[in-house]
Amino acid sequence: MKNPRLLSLLIIFLGIAAALLAIPQSPVKTLPYQLGLDLQGGTSITLEAQMQEIAAGNRNDALEAAKAVIERRVNFLGVSEPVIQTAKVSESYRIIVELPGIKDINQALEIIGKTAQLTFWETASNVATPAAFTKKTSLTGSDLKKASVVFDPKTGKPQVSLQFSDEGTKKFAEITQENVGKPVAIILDSEIISAPNVNEPILNGNAVITGNFSLKEAKILTNELNAGALPVPLKNLAQRTVGATLGAESVQKSLIAGAIGFLLVALFMILFYRLMGFLAVLALVIYILVVLTIFRFLPVTLTLAGIAGFILSVGMAVDANILIFERFKEEKKWGKPRDLALELGFKRAWTSIRDSNASTLITSGILYYFGTGIVKGFALVLAIGVLVSMFSAIVITRTFLRLVYKSV
Amino acid sequence: MEYQIQNIKYQISNEEIKKIIHEQGIEVASLQKSGQDVYLIRTKPLEQEQNQKIQKAMKEQLGEVSQLSFETVGATVSRETLLNAVKAVVLASALIILYIAWSFRQVPKPASSLRFGICAVVALLHDVLVVVGIFSLLGHFFKVEVDSLFVTAILTIIGFSVHDTIVVFDRIRENLKKMIGQEFAKIVNQSIQETLVRSINTSLTVVMVLGALLIFGGVTIKWFVIALLIGVISGTYSSIFNASPLLVVWEERKKRKVTP
Repeated sequence: MKNPRLLSLLIIFLGIAAALLAIPQSPVKTLPYQLGLDLQGGTSITLEAQMQEIAAGNRNDALEAAKAVIERRVNFLGVSEPVIQTAKVSESYRIIVELPGIKDINQALEIIGKTAQLTFWETASNVATPAAFTKKTSLTGSDLKKASVVFDPKTGKPQVSLQFSDEGTKKFAEITQENVGKPVAIILDSEIISAPNVNEPILNGNAVITGNFSLKEAKILTNELNAGALPVPLKNLAQRTVGATLGAESVQKSLIAGAIGFLLVALFMILFYRLMGFLAVLALVIYILVVLTIFRFLPVTLTLAGIAGFILSVGMAVDANILIFERFKEEKKWGKPRDLALELGFKRAWTSIRDSNASTLITSGILYYFGTGIVKGFALVLAIGVLVSMFSAIVITRTFLRLVYKSV
Repeated sequence: MEYQIQNIKYQISNEEIKKIIHEQGIEVASLQKSGQDVYLIRTKPLEQEQNQKIQKAMKEQLGEVSQLSFETVGATVSRETLLNAVKAVVLASALIILYIAWSFRQVPKPASSLRFGICAVVALLHDVLVVVGIFSLLGHFFKVEVDSLFVTAILTIIGFSVHDTIVVFDRIRENLKKMIGQEFAKIVNQSIQETLVRSINTSLTVVMVLGALLIFGGVTIKWFVIALLIGVISGTYSSIFNASPLLVVWEERKKRKVTP
């Protein structure tokens, strides 16, 4: 049997360590708390890949390729810590993009959602009407080596310069040779962005798209061409933006609520169970600190629901303590000597604690498996809370109780 | 689709805001004022351009307006959330029955541990129905909406309701071993009496914490907390008044079958 004094010392040490690690402005080097979208503000977009034209065997690859393209495009936005995930829900292939800090969902969708298939078309006639371009060439955006923004030396207007790969250069040379004096259309998705006349064959694989681009448009187009076309079109399924102020305010309020809840529970425990209650409150404080530290370093992305889940688990943590105390009282009532009553209290209470917490763990597991984003975060918070609370009651409270009651 | 607008300048009537949105050709399903300058507006799913149009119109007519949050959920996602929710509830119930059947396996005959598991789950389903029922009433009369967070609350309640039921069942299990020969109903009754204080206390602490969250916490999770609160209270009630009596009745019927 471990020496309760030594163990208590260890526990207090643990508590102090956890305290140092958990407080927001810590003197010790720590990671920042990971905040979910609804706490720090930002945008979340769920896209569905339109896989109708893609063979079933290739779909997973197509999804991964699309994800890679989106990642490259998102980098352009300069978002810190974007989260891009793929998910398959029955027959639906999805990409979920979370952009903390981005408020302008319009621009985000523009940049991320476009398929950006670049194609070159020829026409039989000399007229540059959209309907005239009927012959699609084999030259596409994937033959591009690099696109960049340049400025017309004469007008200073922004233009997009295209540099083709070797293969692309050959194709482009062919096209320009065959179409001297005729227009060739450059089409992005289904829009003509430029239909210049070919003055002479271009053999070096360099071309410039002169449209009426604003600098921003030129940059976006360049980025899209460089990131690559999406191998499959994406449809917008759902989107969410949360302003940061809403988030910060909610957090503050919930933290205050948590503190009040904790105080209420502490008061109750001390009033009802006196000394034992006080010890339980101490154990509870350590519990809270340890859980917060785990959240910080795992890390667990905190959302509003997650914070609520954490506060809920504080209420449930006391649970195990109450089970032990009630059992202890009962054993004493049945005439057992104090030492024995205490040990019996633990032993008999353990089965209830184990079983009742197990069901919460089971549901957390299911929530984690079935849920996405927020729900997953909540499940994780609940599970961690329950596990640590079991540890806290069995080890921490028990040690404190042993310390106090053995020496008396 | 829900979004909040923060209006800083002057007192606006709800009607004015509705009018502005109507002018853009969009119907307002509900409009609520939450807090000082914040309005919660619900409409049918909107495209991004429509949202932009509304914002522009608001800015023009109301001055400083900022959109706090905008959320739209397409039909596929919502259908699937519902399906997942049902699947999750069924799976959770099944797993819990199995778990209880296993952990109560040493319950002396004639009681069967499977019965314990099923009664616990029936009590839990009762709690789920209570919460869902109340929210459907709230939805009908007060336009309260349920979302995936609500589903989370339901699943949490499932986990927690069994928590409480097990406190009682655990005592029944122990007394069955101790009070051999006595009538089953009597044993259950005694167990409930012995665990009453314990059962109420453990739920009380959770209720306290949830209450604090409800009164002082952020407004966006208000209904989530309420759902949890109703569930926890119902859970305590159901362990005493549903699960245990069910166990007794079942037991009695089994006995009556064996001895004709």
